[in-house]
Amino acid sequence: MQLSRIRNLSVVAHIDHGKTTLSDRILEISGAVDPRDMRAQYLDSMDLERERGITIKLQSVRVNYHDHVLNLIDTPGHVDFGYEVSRSLAACEGVVLLVDAAQGIEAQTLANCYLAMENDLEIVACLNKIDLPAAEPDKYAKEIENVLGIPADDVLRISAKTGEGVGALLDAVIERIPPPTGDPDAPLQGLIFDSHFDQYRGVVSSVRVVAGTLRTGARLRFVQAGAVHDADEVGVRAPVPTPVAALGPGETGYLIAGIKDVGEARSGETVTEAARPAEPLAGYRDPKPMVFCGLFPVDGDEFPELRDALEKLRLNDSSFTYEPETSGALGFGFRCGFLGLLHMEIVRERLEREFDLSLIATAPSVAYLVHTTRGEVVEVDNPSEMPAPQEIELIEEPWLAVTILTPADFTGTLMDLCQTRRGEMQKLEYLSPERVELRYRVPLAEVVTDFFDQLKSRTQGYASLDYEPAGYAGSNLVKVDVLLNAAPVDAFSMIVHRDKADAYGRRMTEKLRELIPRQLFDVPIQAAVGGRIIARETVKAKRKDVLAKCYGGDISRKRKLLERQKEGKKRMKSIGRVEVPQEAFVSALRLD
Amino acid sequence: MSAMRTAAKRAPEALAQQHGVYLHVPFCRSRCDYCAFATWTDRAHLVERYLAACRRQAAGAAPGLPAITSVFFGGGTPSAVPPDRLLAALAPLPLAPGAEVTVEANPDDITVELLDTYLAGGVTRISLGVQSMTPHVLAALGRRHDPASVARAAEAAHRAGVPFNVDLIYGAAGETLDDWARTVDGALELGPVHVSAYALTVEPGTALAADPARHPDDDDQADKYLLAEARLTAAGFESYEISNWARPGHRCRHNLLYWSSGEYLGVGCAAHSHRHGRRSWNVRTPERYIAAVEGGRSVEAAGDRLPEAARRVEGLQLALRTRDGVPAAAFSREDLQALGGLVEVADERARLTVEGRLLANEVAVRLRG
Ligand SMILES: Nc1nc2c(ncn2[C@@H]2O[C@H](COP(=O)(O)OP(=O)(O)OP(=O)(O)O)[C@@H](O)[C@H]2O)c(=O)[nH]1
Ligand code: SF4
Ligand SMILES: [Mg+2]
Repeated sequence: MQLSRIRNLSVVAHIDHGKTTLSDRILEISGAVDPRDMRAQYLDSMDLERERGITIKLQSVRVNYHDHVLNLIDTPGHVDFGYEVSRSLAACEGVVLLVDAAQGIEAQTLANCYLAMENDLEIVACLNKIDLPAAEPDKYAKEIENVLGIPADDVLRISAKTGEGVGALLDAVIERIPPPTGDPDAPLQGLIFDSHFDQYRGVVSSVRVVAGTLRTGARLRFVQAGAVHDADEVGVRAPVPTPVAALGPGETGYLIAGIKDVGEARSGETVTEAARPAEPLAGYRDPKPMVFCGLFPVDGDEFPELRDALEKLRLNDSSFTYEPETSGALGFGFRCGFLGLLHMEIVRERLEREFDLSLIATAPSVAYLVHTTRGEVVEVDNPSEMPAPQEIELIEEPWLAVTILTPADFTGTLMDLCQTRRGEMQKLEYLSPERVELRYRVPLAEVVTDFFDQLKSRTQGYASLDYEPAGYAGSNLVKVDVLLNAAPVDAFSMIVHRDKADAYGRRMTEKLRELIPRQLFDVPIQAAVGGRIIARETVKAKRKDVLAKCYGGDISRKRKLLERQKEGKKRMKSIGRVEVPQEAFVSALRLD
Repeated sequence: MSAMRTAAKRAPEALAQQHGVYLHVPFCRSRCDYCAFATWTDRAHLVERYLAACRRQAAGAAPGLPAITSVFFGGGTPSAVPPDRLLAALAPLPLAPGAEVTVEANPDDITVELLDTYLAGGVTRISLGVQSMTPHVLAALGRRHDPASVARAAEAAHRAGVPFNVDLIYGAAGETLDDWARTVDGALELGPVHVSAYALTVEPGTALAADPARHPDDDDQADKYLLAEARLTAAGFESYEISNWARPGHRCRHNLLYWSSGEYLGVGCAAHSHRHGRRSWNVRTPERYIAAVEGGRSVEAAGDRLPEAARRVEGLQLALRTRDGVPAAAFSREDLQALGGLVEVADERARLTVEGRLLANEVAVRLRG
């Protein structure tokens, strides 16, 4: 393949601006997918993606257009999956930056554009959805010029829905995005930018050949993993997987090498020939989990199933972590780490759906750095593992650099939101008379509650949010324990800022008072920081639990009722002599 | 001490000689808001055929029955159907000398003539559905009887010389503790020998169930229970089952049969039987019941026989409701300890305390067979 005829590009945009729909049109125009097989959001192949209408995983495909080969990567727009965009960009020379012509620039538009610029990629900016009555392409072309420095005249205009302008966009892609470079005879350097586990084929990796040639049958060395595997099959996704004899420099395709563990073919890995190794590529590290929660089977007997399910799921998604955890309240489960709340929700949903499990998730937490009085620094992502207050010198918590783009009208309410979430303002800038960019530093812990929902509801959905980790800083944090009849309930322990401890304590004790059934004795429910009680409620002793009437016709019914009651007792967890139904924990944790 | 009391203590041989019959009358003039009984307000035209069918079922069962020691005409509203037909329904059965025969009655229906007919037919006690002495509570319960007829009915019973029970319900929406006190005192003034006081219970499918705002409150009902217990005991009544109080010698033998795992035959639709260790129940509607009898088919809808261990536990659960309680060994030592003030142990028997009666389910689930 002549290098000059190859173009490698990613489609990037804010969530929902139409990346996957544009990919549909490209698959159609190029004839890659037969019209009869076409369906909307073709590349969103996971059930979850189709149901939620969002892209979760990057997808690469190869299409032919006007004597050129285009390797196209459709990327997710959601901030949780930002690392998928970074990976995609590493396999490309350019991007198509889509902007919804009715919305204009949003937070991830900026983030993705900056990312492309940092990677020195050619940016083909393009307004989408011009078919919408609310589209204002002239206005937003100007905005792109002002904010991103891309001349308005260079901004293309398309409708990914109707196909209008898509041909012209592809022509612009061929014209503006440079072809890849590379020597086919040099030692092989292939960059793995995605891997997933296929039940039948083992690990299937997406690979971009940077230099040399990747041949079917070649003996390969995976540099970081330090392992040697044979290239059983090399191919291209067109989009149907199609084996080829070889992939030359600048080409993108897939590689199957008899690997059973995705950990051995991580994204960012370099493959070279075993016989003629080359320097590893820069690569990149897997993103670190930002949000943690405990996952427990509702039915304690399902623990082994949960463990198997996590193992299998991780084969496809190396970005979450898990390790066994034992909770007094919830039994055996796992402490899991995720890239964000959506990621957490999705993993949980996949576990429940694909593995038929019913799970309880504890409230999301972040990873704290705890400096102990003994001079150690420990990472604590589980509040119940927080050292005792007298052993703590200092707690550091992770912060985020948050970018909010909002219609100017909502600036006040958003500043107020950030303020109450302990945010520190860094910048307020009018991108245009109507659009404001706010930059704040906000503790991650404040964002993983309902920050995003608040942001959306305070702005009728018009504000958008992007963030990235911004290091750790010491804060006045305390652990709030919740005690049932004087015994701590680990599942409800929470690390919060001292100023918010009382509110959390009150909320939790009130919630539990509603949920804990009355017992034979008064049950105090307390929230405490260290030894100090900050909130208290009481579930008054139950006074009446009796069947008023029990005559001939009631006897069988009464017996069954008592049997059920007895069964129910067996399923209760006993904490501080208090019998608590599992459902009470589930609801208490859900209501957040 | 009544004969029954002794009998109950001398289980099970003495019990073997007891045998009850329950006859169900599935007709009422209007439906009370809380009622989930098998009863209908629009089937008066079936009364004759229904009672004839009952008589046929009784006649068919008679050859296999020992002498009947107690009869209970319940419902529904037995007093709403012609008394001669009602009594005739069980005429084919062999009645033991001194048998207890109870009829449930709506106070509106009670006249001296009606009572005389009952007495002539062997009835020994009646049970008056009073529920409350407070008009606004009666209204809240959706009861339609005239509060004034309660005193008239009691008066008639006294004149006819029929001992009677008063049924009461506490916990209706809007009923204050004072209202309830007035009801208990008012009921006592009527001169009953027996009082049944029931906590209003929300049964699925009833008008009450559909209206959560009117659902009773456990604490309120607990207070009212304690009030009833105090006033009834002070008036010389003895609590002999969770919801039942009687003057000495006036416990309801038929109901004691239920709580001592005794045997009985159920006649009529939706009636339950316990015979030869097997529990069964009849088809639910009067139509299906009549059709089954007239067609010569069994009236039984279904039944079950429990394994031995489950029967023992069931027997204990029932006995726990009564003043005689259960053998103390039916609880583990730890459970007895955990149940603290809810049961008291004396003479190797464990009995519910007043607080324990209110929490009888909590106690019952700890019984072991
Ligand atoms: N009217 C109109 N709607 C469009 C157009 N392009 C996309 N849409 C709609 O916009 C919504 C989002 O489209 P997607 O293609 O899933 O967006 P995406 O950018 O891939 O979204 P994520 O992958 O979740 O970031 C869908 O309802 C599309 O039908 C367009 O040109 N015109
Ligand atoms: S009178 Fe008794 S059986 Fe009839 S509807 Fe009222 S509660 Fe039910
Ligand atoms: Mg998409």
